[in-house]
Amino acid sequence: MVAAVFHSPLEAPLAPAADATTSASVKAMTSTPAPTPRKTARDFRGLWMAVLPPVMGLACLVLLWQLIASTSNSGIPKPLETWTQAVQVFSDPFYSEGPNDQGIGWNVLASLQRVAIGFGLAALVGIPAGFAIGRFEFLSRMINPLISLLRPVSPLAWLPIGLLVFKGADPAAIWTIFICSIWPMIINTAVGVQRVPQDYMNVARVLNLSEWKIFTKILFPAVLPYLLTGVRLAVGTAWLVIVAAEMLTGGVGIGFWVWDEWNNLNVSSIIIAIFVIGIVGLLLEFALIKIATLFTFEEVKS
Amino acid sequence: MNNDAKYIDIQNVEQTFKTKKGNFPALRDINLSVAKGEFVALIGHSGCGKSTLLNLIAGLTTPTQGVLLCADREIAGPGPERAVVFQNHSLLPWLTCFENVYLAVERVFAATENKAQLKARTEAALALVGLMPAAQKRPGEISGGMKQRVGIARALSMEPKVLLMDEPFGALDALTRAKLQDELLDIVARTHSTVVMVTHDVDEAVLLSDKIVMMTNGPAATIGEVLSVDLPRPRSRVALADDPQYLQYRKAVIDFLYTRQAHVEKVA
Repeated sequence: MVAAVFHSPLEAPLAPAADATTSASVKAMTSTPAPTPRKTARDFRGLWMAVLPPVMGLACLVLLWQLIASTSNSGIPKPLETWTQAVQVFSDPFYSEGPNDQGIGWNVLASLQRVAIGFGLAALVGIPAGFAIGRFEFLSRMINPLISLLRPVSPLAWLPIGLLVFKGADPAAIWTIFICSIWPMIINTAVGVQRVPQDYMNVARVLNLSEWKIFTKILFPAVLPYLLTGVRLAVGTAWLVIVAAEMLTGGVGIGFWVWDEWNNLNVSSIIIAIFVIGIVGLLLEFALIKIATLFTFEEVKS
Repeated sequence: MNNDAKYIDIQNVEQTFKTKKGNFPALRDINLSVAKGEFVALIGHSGCGKSTLLNLIAGLTTPTQGVLLCADREIAGPGPERAVVFQNHSLLPWLTCFENVYLAVERVFAATENKAQLKARTEAALALVGLMPAAQKRPGEISGGMKQRVGIARALSMEPKVLLMDEPFGALDALTRAKLQDELLDIVARTHSTVVMVTHDVDEAVLLSDKIVMMTNGPAATIGEVLSVDLPRPRSRVALADDPQYLQYRKAVIDFLYTRQAHVEKVA
């Protein structure tokens, strides 16, 4: 349900790569000499399709940006100005001149650290909670209304509560990340547990496996793909929310950096930050998809 | 073990499933006993509750009415002494073939044997079905027939008192099926296992079993007729092919299935 509506922009470019690996393994297994000339021609076309459309898409974006920047007098900097600024910003990403003036590298790392702590705590609580809710119907009926009530709340609404309880900007931001990334992990893990095929549980029952063996050999591997989807959604949401949270709390972080540059009326830096946030989000997503494909096995066809 | 003639004893068993449209009577008035070391085939048209009956003996489901006994004890739940070969193999896709079998071996023998012995048992079971070369492959990397053979190896590796098989060879090609049937005959002769097998293959039933239980059409299916197969063992499929007695048994089963219980499609 949750997993089904989630589509990654990376999925399409990933598909040809997956094809390449499977064909490679098939070749290795049959060990017959492959028809090399035809193979390279096809690979070349695949590469062409993998590279050309994304490049064209980016070019369109830049073109549109240039058009808007040069026709209106809104103060949006042109792509070239932004590029020069970006070169300057990235020439020294790790300088530090006091707590309010640090390089973009430190800002990104500070944000990533908050996301990691908040997300990590959410995983520690959310994944076991998901297993428990999935396994016991009573718990599921008890907790589900609470989740339905709290999940639609904007994570930023929790920020004041965090400030009140933790009396500090940093823990409050982490608290916000925690609360926004816990729901997808609880829900996906619980759904995964509920969807473990009955066949596998029958095997466990016939073998009379211990609860620990059932968990390690059947439940956990069967739920892992769902769990990783939950993790992916959680990290994605956390990265969305941290920027907003940091704008409100201040300190060091990419969100604060955006706000600071806005106060300096340094709009090209904001555009750079948008790209940086996008690229970091993309990398997080990409890494998690890679991990997920490692743990996805063929389902039993009945 | 003073009751070997009624090793598995099924008394007045009735099974009703609760569905959204109300109660569905699957089985009624099932009375059957299986002697120790006996090979029993359950045969009938699809939907007649053969698998339901097998699940009851396995302990995976409990009957609505009646009692099932195994070695004079009520079957209260599933256990490794009644191993099941599932219809759809039910291998765990994240474990290799070796690990799938080892999981079962470990469960049954870990208390009494060391790791090397467990490993040897696993390898022996895989070798029995001719799958040692695929031991380190995952179920997704082997054919459907091979998966089913791993499932059989897993069940046999536990040295169960009763082997329950739910159309174990249904998904295999004719040659592999014949080979595995011969192997099963051989294994059963050596281990004196008690076997209950669901099948819809008449030749398989006559070739393998001591007793063929023919079931009427569902819903509310019951045992229509029980045929004792008194062919001498060891049996050879080649010698039996034109054995008049074998042909007579075969005819009897076909007659039951296609004349008296001709399958009528349900008008839904």
